[in-house]
Amino acid sequence: MAWTADQPLIALVDVHKSFGKTEVLKGITFSVAKGEVICVIGPSGSGKSTLLRCINALVPIDRGSIKVEGQEVNDPALDKLALRRKVGMVFQQYNLFPHKTALQNVMMAPIQVLKQDRKEVEERAHRLLRKVRLQDKASSYPGELSGGQQQRVAIARSLAMNPDVMLFDEVTAALDPETKKEVLVTIRELAEEGMTCLLVTHEMGFAREVAHRIHFTDGGRIIESGPPEEFFAKAKDPRTRQFLSQIL
Amino acid sequence: MEAIADWFKWLNDAHRINLSIFYDAFDRGKFLGGLLTTLKLSAICLVTSVAIGVVGAWLQGSRFTFARRIMQGYIQFFRNTPPLVQLYFFYFAIGNLLPRVTDAYGQAVPPVSNFAWAIVSFSFFAGAFNVEIFRAGVEAVPRATVEAAEALGYSRLKAYIHVVLPLAFRISLPALNNNLVNLIKTTTLAYAIGVPELLYVSAQIWSDVLNVREMMNVLLVAYVAIVGVLVMAMNRWERAMRMPGYSV
Repeated sequence: MAWTADQPLIALVDVHKSFGKTEVLKGITFSVAKGEVICVIGPSGSGKSTLLRCINALVPIDRGSIKVEGQEVNDPALDKLALRRKVGMVFQQYNLFPHKTALQNVMMAPIQVLKQDRKEVEERAHRLLRKVRLQDKASSYPGELSGGQQQRVAIARSLAMNPDVMLFDEVTAALDPETKKEVLVTIRELAEEGMTCLLVTHEMGFAREVAHRIHFTDGGRIIESGPPEEFFAKAKDPRTRQFLSQIL
Repeated sequence: MEAIADWFKWLNDAHRINLSIFYDAFDRGKFLGGLLTTLKLSAICLVTSVAIGVVGAWLQGSRFTFARRIMQGYIQFFRNTPPLVQLYFFYFAIGNLLPRVTDAYGQAVPPVSNFAWAIVSFSFFAGAFNVEIFRAGVEAVPRATVEAAEALGYSRLKAYIHVVLPLAFRISLPALNNNLVNLIKTTTLAYAIGVPELLYVSAQIWSDVLNVREMMNVLLVAYVAIVGVLVMAMNRWERAMRMPGYSV
């Protein structure tokens, strides 16, 4: 069955994952439509990061189904390259390649993985660096950039692959409030341009303003979901309310 | 040139310091030939042993137990036995097993020359250490950086070539330096199977001219110079590959 844009871009059904004896995901079901911005919040250790890593097949799942554009991720015959072309990922610790400049970091994958034309890629890389407001840092090495700058390069690097959806794994958790803002502004612009985003975050203010839908996870399950107005104003579950009261 | 030769002749006549390689054309030719052989032997072994190290370190991370076992056996064998014994083993044990071939003059000669056996032996010897050196470098590359490459669609091989190896190389350089210096010094063992390298031709000269004391000094100075050039080149390389702002 061919996937069409009116179907969910990402669809998770009853996803289970254990590390040894610890079950970190105990049946997660939700979906992300094209152009949607979804925030997943919840206490640390509730399996949020694992969830994202399962979606682009960095971590295999034990049970259930994850479909990205109709393609089953939990399939041994999966073409991981094809999947990862569609799914961009940004990490908490930026994970830039320290031996390459900001510009080279953005250019590497399109040239080396997608075999695209160097000149065309370089133009696009400059455009992407401009988009994340780092055009003047093109020739800086990651070690010479601040955390927020590195994270924006990481976003540009991911965008260079022209993904259909972006996964953000607590991308501001290692940043101070000032630099945090730079990164959040970048993500917000992306969301406003219609990029499908799935964020794991502790930024409640950001989630409230930008997200279309919020999922609260705890203990490997989704406890409560809803659009932000509803979610923050009238959370029903006592655990959600307790979590929100500690954070807000 | 003439003046230099005359001065060394005078040095011999007046002070009994006989540096025949500076005034006797035959001895000089012999010495330079030996120097060239040592340089060739060193250069070839440097390149092949580094190649063995790179490929070996990759195989050590292989999914296939068989490949890892082979590598382990190779390292144990070549690291834990004396290089002179290895050289004898290749030259006398394996070399004698090979069928003789007829050369241009109609003589039955071994198919592999003693020079070639020296290359094989020293490359494997230094290569075994290089594998371990690179493996340590590969292991020091943060898992998260490799994961970032995977998330960008890099296959294991591509991530190894473009991300892991360049970083591992930088981390390994100081240790690699040491091993390559050792390799150059080990090439003197080729003396034992009659390869006309620097030590071998020097021995011929001092047997002829009876200037053991002088040639010993010449030899030491020559090796200080050869190794000095290598160390200088490696330091330069290390500086060129430095990652600004990055600390391991």
